Amino acid sequence: MAKIGLEIHGQLTKLESKLFCPCKADYRQFEPNTNICPICMGIPGSLPLLNRTAVEKATLIAMALDCKTPHKIAFFRKNYFYPDLPKNFQITQLNVYGNTSIGWEGKISVADKVIRIRRIQLEEDPGRLIYEGANEKTKVTLVDYNRAGTPLVEIVTEPDFETPHEVREFLNILSDLLENLNVSDPGLEGAMRADANVSIEGGSKVEIKNIGSFHDLEKAVHFEITRQQSLVERKIEIVQETRHWDDGRKITVSARTKEEEAEYRYHLEADIPWVRINDDTKNQLQTHMPESISSKKERYVSKYGITSQVADILASDRYFSELFENAKNQTNAKDIANMITTDIMGLLDTRKKRETSKLSSEHLSDLVEYIKSNKITRASAKLALDEIIKNGKSLEEIINDLDLGHVSDKDELSNIITQVLNEEAKAVKDAKLNPEIVNFLVGKVMQKTRGKADPELTLSLLKKSLGFD
Amino acid sequence: MNLGISALQYVNSIKNGDFTVEEFIEKSFERIKEIDDKLHAFLSFNDIALEKAKGIDRQISSNQKVGQCFGMPISVKDNMCVEGTKTTCASKVLENFVSPYTGTAVSRLDAEDAIIIGKTNLDEFAMGLSTEFSAYGPSKNPWNIDYVPGGSSGGSAVSVSANECIASLGSDTGGSIRNPASFCSIVGLKPTYGLVSRFGLVSYANSLDQIGPMTKTVKDSAFLLNIISGVDHNDNTTIDNKNQDYLKNIDAGIAGKKIGIVTEMTNPDGLSTGVLNATNDAIKKFEDLGANCEQVSLGMSKYAVAAYYTITSTEAGSNLARYDNIRYGYEFDSSGFEFNSYISQARSKLGPEVVRRMIVGGFVPSAGHAGKYFLKALKVKSKLITEINHIFKKFDYLISPTVPIQPFKFGEKINDPVSFMLVDFNTVTANLTGIPAISVPFKIEDGLPIGIQIMANHMDEHSLLQAAYALEKTVSLPEVEI
Repeated sequence: MAKIGLEIHGQLTKLESKLFCPCKADYRQFEPNTNICPICMGIPGSLPLLNRTAVEKATLIAMALDCKTPHKIAFFRKNYFYPDLPKNFQITQLNVYGNTSIGWEGKISVADKVIRIRRIQLEEDPGRLIYEGANEKTKVTLVDYNRAGTPLVEIVTEPDFETPHEVREFLNILSDLLENLNVSDPGLEGAMRADANVSIEGGSKVEIKNIGSFHDLEKAVHFEITRQQSLVERKIEIVQETRHWDDGRKITVSARTKEEEAEYRYHLEADIPWVRINDDTKNQLQTHMPESISSKKERYVSKYGITSQVADILASDRYFSELFENAKNQTNAKDIANMITTDIMGLLDTRKKRETSKLSSEHLSDLVEYIKSNKITRASAKLALDEIIKNGKSLEEIINDLDLGHVSDKDELSNIITQVLNEEAKAVKDAKLNPEIVNFLVGKVMQKTRGKADPELTLSLLKKSLGFD
Repeated sequence: MNLGISALQYVNSIKNGDFTVEEFIEKSFERIKEIDDKLHAFLSFNDIALEKAKGIDRQISSNQKVGQCFGMPISVKDNMCVEGTKTTCASKVLENFVSPYTGTAVSRLDAEDAIIIGKTNLDEFAMGLSTEFSAYGPSKNPWNIDYVPGGSSGGSAVSVSANECIASLGSDTGGSIRNPASFCSIVGLKPTYGLVSRFGLVSYANSLDQIGPMTKTVKDSAFLLNIISGVDHNDNTTIDNKNQDYLKNIDAGIAGKKIGIVTEMTNPDGLSTGVLNATNDAIKKFEDLGANCEQVSLGMSKYAVAAYYTITSTEAGSNLARYDNIRYGYEFDSSGFEFNSYISQARSKLGPEVVRRMIVGGFVPSAGHAGKYFLKALKVKSKLITEINHIFKKFDYLISPTVPIQPFKFGEKINDPVSFMLVDFNTVTANLTGIPAISVPFKIEDGLPIGIQIMANHMDEHSLLQAAYALEKTVSLPEVEI
């Protein structure tokens, strides 16, 4: 059986500034090497200035993951030479000389299993290396320090996973949790990265690094388990090593560096005094902790009678649950939830679409209200939604603009039905043999009215005309 | 015009109109031109000093508000950043480093209308106690140019002692302010760790580094400390001193105070005869001033030098890692080198003392050896703090000679690292425990200076300066002739 442990790096993208300087935590909008200052560039004489909000946000994560949290935290230097490290050391945390990191010994439920969290630490992200050049001769490595110093939480799990699927499940849950805490936007490129440790019975621990996405991580873990199993079957020794995920070939390859011999010469970062986190601060954080996803889900089911599946989808997504919370009341909650999960999620399936969407919670409650009181059909509502997302006009205005008002006038509808029956003579004939054809005719009526016809009325009028009654 | 005046005398003279700022700055540059080829106190000069002097003169003559320093020329050790100027740390690796900002201590002086006249020599990255490790050649002791001026803030001490400027800012990690102050017969104060912002000070061992004034008189040190001390939002380790005025009641005297004579630091076996005699004289003077002197043992000080070198090498190894010759450094062709071998080649060009510390700093905190060296050193540090806290419950001050020996000749000790290290014996304790310590000029013996060190409790600079002032008043020393 495989044993898998994870090291997840999550950027605190919702913070205003970097961990130790005033540069922006969200570096993605900048030209290379323009979101930098003497501190994050390690210019001689500069000193790190701790972002206290980062400590609080990270503590919030630790609390949400049921971790033990310290009264005092300390920072350490991890020393190694690498071009993406301006100071050639990284400011991070260490629990070797007592527990002084943001949190430790936590847990999180994944399906029916409890995954233990070994520790959470706060640290700075290095810069970014960009490899360019078409061939060996023109190959260059460019360094962009915009990311250097971005606040990062490293979450280390115990080796509690047994399958790649569990790993994927966990990462989804963790990513939803970080999003729900409003500390991170895991959808941003590079905002959440993970390394995995994989070992099987009779083998040694192999670390897989350099994995771009959760999807690839699942694949990499799967590949690694298979690789190790086939080695064991052939009685070949599994060496303890670091392997890189080769994104092109979809395999893991030996990193060929003796990383286990890495010597980090950890020592206290004296430029940052120990930070006290007293009980008041912890209580304060606990009080302002956003409602957990599981408690939200439970509430949606018990209070509004929403199905467990819909409640799950809704609660796990911060954007849509917020939309739901603002639009819902005791009577319309179920319809709002259904509209979000069946219609809106499909329309707003990317970050960009969400950002430019003009849809408000009022729109949403109006739409549900209008459908319920038969002012528009569900089909018209869908058309209206498209418009609302684009221009944000009120539902009433859009109904006028697009002429989406409900056709529930019997005479008008009868006229249209007569037209359809004339045009679809063959279908009318077939309908005598196959009553299902009637649905096709309803569809034709809907087409002619651009979805505005009252479906029930149409059906009953059609049946009458066809002599089905 | 007498260039040998104190900062406070200078302020009075300017206020009296005895001379203008421009005249004084001009004269100072003349003196530098005349003697600095011989002394080599400075590494670079401020091109706009005269311009600034004229500006201050204009402000004075038009009765505008002028900062407390009234344009006095102050030199700054070349490991402190001043915007737009070179900060070399006396290393070739920073030969062309131009700082994009000004550090806090310097900008506070600047805000009070001090004129930063130039940057002074030091041992490369402040590692050393003679300036012999400067990549640009040593400074000379104005009392006898065959002798070292002490270090690492040797250039600063020389510039003040030889009247090239009124005062200087130095930095002290294990004695680097006090040692050259003692060797050049000036006052050198290492404040409590955290009292003066380190923002802009190029780190050597950042848990111990501290900026402090180097001056002609104790009052001048108090005057400058008033300006440069206090909490700074650019340095998380600074302490709020509530704008304490260190000049106030500086003449309160020390009658009735309890002074501990640190046994380990006054051990006759470790001191030269001249220093031993001077120390006994000093004890007598303290008693004459009404203090009660008593021997006190600081047991852990025996291990302080070893702990000091272990901790400083570890931190230096980390602080100096950024000098990888990629963003600043030497002319060095990188072709054919893999990343790590390039870095090691480039870094082998650092000076011998720096390389020595890098090697030690790579070893003592490493996974296999930290328990035997680095962690033990931290234990010594923490025990030393406990011991010091205990002692200051009973005593107001601790005293010793600042340095166990008098200035030595160039080349005399440079090839014997261990005996070199022991020169720090009396000074490192204040750094390891974070307490303030001052060196006061006390005697000229065989033409070379001897200083007395006074230490006080954490954040007790006020009372430390009172004791230093009391001692200073009992001695009358000749002017240096150069």
